[in-house]
Amino acid sequence: MNVKLSADELAFRDQVRQFFALKYPAEIRYKTDNGIELERDDHVRWQKILYAQGWAAINWPVEYGGTGWSAVQKYIFANEIADANAPDMVPFGVKMVAPVIYTFGNDAQKRRFLPDILQSNVWWCQGYSEPGAGSDLASVKTRAERIGDHYVVNGTKTWTTLGHMADWIFCLVRTSSDVARRQEGISFLLIDMSTPGVSVKPIITIEGEREVNEVHFENVRVPLENLVGETGKGWTYGKVLLQHERTNLAGTARSNFRMRRLKAKTRQVVHGGEPLMNDRNFARKFAATEIELKALEYTDLRTLAAVATGKAPGPESSILKIRGTEVSQAIDALYMEAAGYYALPWIPSQYAVDFPLDDRIGLGSETRTSLRYFNGRKASIYGGSNEIQKNIISKHVLGL
Amino acid sequence: MDFSLTEEQQMLVESVSRFIDNDYDFEQRQKYAASDAGFSREMWQTFAELGWTAVPFGETDGGLGGGPVELMLMMQEFGRGLVVEPFLPNIVLAGGVLRRLATAEQKNRWLQPIMTGELQAALAFAEPQGRFNPADISTTARRNGAGFVLDGRKNLVLNSGNAAVIIVPARTSGEQKDRSGITLFAVDSESGGLTRNAYKTVDGHQAGELILQDVNVTSESVLGKIGNGFETLQTVIDEATLAVCAEAVGIMRTMQDKTVEYAKNRVQFGVPIGTFQALQHRLVDTLVACEQTYSLLLWTAMVCDSDLTAAGKAISALKYQVGTAALHVAREAVQLHGGMGVTWELDIAHYFKRMAAIELLFGNADYHLERYVSLS
Repeated sequence: MNVKLSADELAFRDQVRQFFALKYPAEIRYKTDNGIELERDDHVRWQKILYAQGWAAINWPVEYGGTGWSAVQKYIFANEIADANAPDMVPFGVKMVAPVIYTFGNDAQKRRFLPDILQSNVWWCQGYSEPGAGSDLASVKTRAERIGDHYVVNGTKTWTTLGHMADWIFCLVRTSSDVARRQEGISFLLIDMSTPGVSVKPIITIEGEREVNEVHFENVRVPLENLVGETGKGWTYGKVLLQHERTNLAGTARSNFRMRRLKAKTRQVVHGGEPLMNDRNFARKFAATEIELKALEYTDLRTLAAVATGKAPGPESSILKIRGTEVSQAIDALYMEAAGYYALPWIPSQYAVDFPLDDRIGLGSETRTSLRYFNGRKASIYGGSNEIQKNIISKHVLGL
Repeated sequence: MDFSLTEEQQMLVESVSRFIDNDYDFEQRQKYAASDAGFSREMWQTFAELGWTAVPFGETDGGLGGGPVELMLMMQEFGRGLVVEPFLPNIVLAGGVLRRLATAEQKNRWLQPIMTGELQAALAFAEPQGRFNPADISTTARRNGAGFVLDGRKNLVLNSGNAAVIIVPARTSGEQKDRSGITLFAVDSESGGLTRNAYKTVDGHQAGELILQDVNVTSESVLGKIGNGFETLQTVIDEATLAVCAEAVGIMRTMQDKTVEYAKNRVQFGVPIGTFQALQHRLVDTLVACEQTYSLLLWTAMVCDSDLTAAGKAISALKYQVGTAALHVAREAVQLHGGMGVTWELDIAHYFKRMAAIELLFGNADYHLERYVSLS
């Protein structure tokens, strides 16, 4: 057992670090450093830079454009991208739909969809949840009826993150209701969002911004060739997808970065006052979160190491989801607490890209911390709520 | 970065694990714990014959050259078996001081017989007024000709009733909480003026309240340099903290496994209680606590392995985690066992008591969170 990086691993880290130092665009970094939302174009520009380096799809099999990196290399990359405060790949294409396509899709689908995902030519979003199917995902009602050489899709998907930026959506749809188990009538369908009958409506979330949407389908004609794998197997594919996102599931690299930033910030003297970190109550809360995060980092690494030796990630990854979101929310709360009164001003206009930093009310992007805090409540709800994760662990790990 | 064990480490784990499974059952353990010594001398001799009592010592001293990782691996198994044999006081505490400070002559006299299991030893690491601060030492050592005279009081001296030699930190200079001015003495437990007040602890171990009144010791009993003992004392206590945390992880995982098993078999309202979602989610919470604590144990052991003297912060993080998360697992295990969980008959109760004792040993969760903050 050894906690240190080997010489090869250190050299790899330096290579990755240098890449971020040289290639991560200053205009985008200015935004991420100062709490300014990224545009679609920012994401695409950055993702194409990662693609040019061969690092857009680090978990994909090498034959489709993956990196073939070891678990430790992936861990190093996650840390470096977090420390550079650079955005991750938007997950819906590269991390969510692509593994389903290269695992269950046919050759024509692989050729058609994978290169555009890899090169960030096409933006994907996820169509799983419905107004009546949240935690009980198997109750999806969106219907896909086969009529001639097309499916005709009717229904509504919801909580569609960044759906207003997306070109395509991957959906769980009901192709048959005449089945023994509800799960067996569900299929996995890829839909071009420019097809007539698709409409996207915003849902404004708690912090007052547009991140998620409702997507409506009204007699949307989808070619049969857009069905992935077999009809009725969508549930199984979807579950694979949910378990597939192994690396960085716990978000420890980002959380470590945020904790380091907060530590530096709370050690500063502001307006001649006392640094917040000198407050023993705050320091102890901070320390307890730091310790939990360190434990999580090693739980994550243990999972990565197990995956590297050929074991499937399996339901244990639910532990990472639960703890990762809890720790992230604890950090949100620490930021909120550190901001004090400056957590309260709600001034979206001062986070426009051309707003002078010196004219902002609050210190740095402090007044955005509360938006993050409120928005961050979603983390323990999405991707299968933490209670659903506990049901999964209870059944599949504990055998209860 | 690497989580894998060497072949030797793998063999060590298997050897201890097999022994716990086949040769150390709970009924026997209860008998050993109930005896005056609080352990089985026969078992202890077996530990020595299997080489376990030599694991942490250098090869030049006749040991096996094991480090924090080996210690962690063994202690997890000892925790699983709820072992009462005095590995901690003899090997980790007294042995830890001796292997670092003793001269060749002193090693021959004390360390060698400890390694072979012939000599019982102890380290008096605490004083009543000091609570968990090992530097808070009011026991004094006055010069008297070529030797010293010791006066003071030590509490919770583990294994002191069995020990032939007790290592006593005493102040040769400085103020009560100073880190300098502390000297370590190896004191014959039969010395005049030394009262041991031996007792049994709630978790079935043996300890005592040591009172020293005009205890004369020779200069040969000084371990290391005069006035310079604290650094070693702190390092040894840190190593012992890692050891009890590893033991706690072994206990925690055993309690979790036993509780999950119990939930599958205990029928109430016509169904196994494990079918109730209220209990399922609690057992998942404790599983998460187990995984998190085990992860932190691995990290801490690896940090200790790199440089034990720089590992204080990691050790305090781990002890805090054990005092919160692992103790939570233990409390839940008792609760979910219902009435049976609070009977003397069931092992769960005894695992719980050991966990409660470990929470206090070498500083509780609060103390270690504070120390972690100070080292941040």
